[in-house]
Amino acid sequence: MARKIIVLGEVRDGSLRNVSFEAVAAAKTASEGGEVVGVLIGDSVNALSGELIHYGADRVITVENEKLKQYTPDGYSQALMAIIDAESPEGLIFGHTSLGKDLAPKVAAKLNSGLISDVTALEVAGGNLVFTRPIYSGKAFEKKIVTDGLVFATIRPNNISPLEKDESRSGETSSLSVDIKDLRTIIKEVVRKASEGVDLSEAKVIIAGGRGVKSEEGFEPLKELAKVLNGAVGASRGACDADYCDYSLQIGQTGKVVTPDLYIACGISGAIQHLAGMSNSKVIVAINKDPEANIFKVADYGIVGDLFEVVPLLTEEFRKILVNA
Amino acid sequence: MNIYVLMKRTFDTEEKITISGGQINEDGAEFIINPYDEYAIEEAIQVRDAQGGEVTVVSVGNEETEKQLRTALAMGADKAVLINTEDDLDYGDQFTTAKILSEYLKDKGADLIIAGNVAIDGGSGQVGPRVAELLNIPYVTTITKLDIDGKNAIVVRDVEGDSEVIETTLPLLVTAQQGLNEPRYPSLPGIMKAKKKPLDELELDDLDLEEDDVEAKTKTIDIYLPPKKEAGKVLEGELADQVKELVNLLHTEAKVV
Repeated sequence: MARKIIVLGEVRDGSLRNVSFEAVAAAKTASEGGEVVGVLIGDSVNALSGELIHYGADRVITVENEKLKQYTPDGYSQALMAIIDAESPEGLIFGHTSLGKDLAPKVAAKLNSGLISDVTALEVAGGNLVFTRPIYSGKAFEKKIVTDGLVFATIRPNNISPLEKDESRSGETSSLSVDIKDLRTIIKEVVRKASEGVDLSEAKVIIAGGRGVKSEEGFEPLKELAKVLNGAVGASRGACDADYCDYSLQIGQTGKVVTPDLYIACGISGAIQHLAGMSNSKVIVAINKDPEANIFKVADYGIVGDLFEVVPLLTEEFRKILVNA
Repeated sequence: MNIYVLMKRTFDTEEKITISGGQINEDGAEFIINPYDEYAIEEAIQVRDAQGGEVTVVSVGNEETEKQLRTALAMGADKAVLINTEDDLDYGDQFTTAKILSEYLKDKGADLIIAGNVAIDGGSGQVGPRVAELLNIPYVTTITKLDIDGKNAIVVRDVEGDSEVIETTLPLLVTAQQGLNEPRYPSLPGIMKAKKKPLDELELDDLDLEEDDVEAKTKTIDIYLPPKKEAGKVLEGELADQVKELVNLLHTEAKVV
């Protein structure tokens, strides 16, 4: 069944996030030859519409308004509802990001619709759109379909491949003027803490530390390695509970669930609650002094040794090959 | 201050998951209060202690959920309400739960509703924002700080590691992120007192809801376990050589760097 699918393009620091291109690819599959309509909401987003089209959107609608400079659920849902009214799509796809997680349930509730969150794959089978998603933080998976209402989905970053960028693709961009009123939440200030380095949920490489890092300073060699690999630093619950780092770095069943290409676990024993958050990473490396540590059971490669010796050596070696590359 | 907490009973985080007959096997599993909901309960108690009022913990579940509601009462909540759907519903989704909760809450005059930002079993994080939308009140998700002054609230929201400072007004729904507080353990006197605190049980009928009103909008057609990961290769030899070998493997064999 050909469908019209709307994709919300998410802008961060003036650029489209990678997950938005992945969402376009997901929408392409979901549209079954119908139409993929990109949507951009903000105070100045028109210039980004071409890129969304290069990645596969058939056309783009922008809503620009001073009141949409920052994301608020009221502002964005008003813009999105105006587009839905004008376009009558069969479905909407968002990134499973802070913004998507906050906004999609609100709009789905407005439209009495289901929403399938945190999707890692989708396929068309027997006339249905079938969404795959982890449950119990990746200890199990479920396949779901929508039985009534519009099809809403949020897709997890780094799981669905974007389409190849094609700069020769063209499509129409139109803008819709929406009167934004009555914002009930106002952002007074944004405190940047994550600005150094790469966002954990979208990182291709994650260097994570556990109790074995021993202190806040103990994270320094991990940060060094992350910098060389253009990765992000994460942590186990043990490290967070011991105050070695901020809770925003926590990976596990409580905390973030991540699926990078490469996960390097340093001084992490591998409690079930941590494994749930990272065991679906593509390649896992474990560095731990204890050869019996659970983490070695899920690791593709393991080094038994002191992370404070191994990690700096690793950084050095990676530096060499990446310079030569 | 009239405070409500939305709570879910979930598998213990240390539980292994197994499947039998196409369902998650619950036999012998330990259940807990969803860890994010513990932050919600703790925050509700702290707000009440500072501002006065009453904390009611609400859960959509089955008879077994009474145990987790008693724990919430032992932590210090004043009342608990179980909306038992066991006899009425075979399957519900986030639409179902949000609809039931909002029907329950719509005439309660709640000033503040606190929920966990996500449940560690289903992991969708939808119910909080959905309930707020159905009640037509503002919401802020994944909060790490809450300050209430009269009808105004200043909330700090965790946004992928950054923090937003948000100004809003009551009535308000917020969802708790880790770091919001340190949930207390129930004390022995708390446990004794909890036995006497009111725990009401309702069914869909009591909320004037028919099964059709809350019928799920989505359906699970398959549940499966991820392929078991083979134990990998533990490297051997001099440490420096191991490191060289690892970098080489990641670069040329796994091709992830």
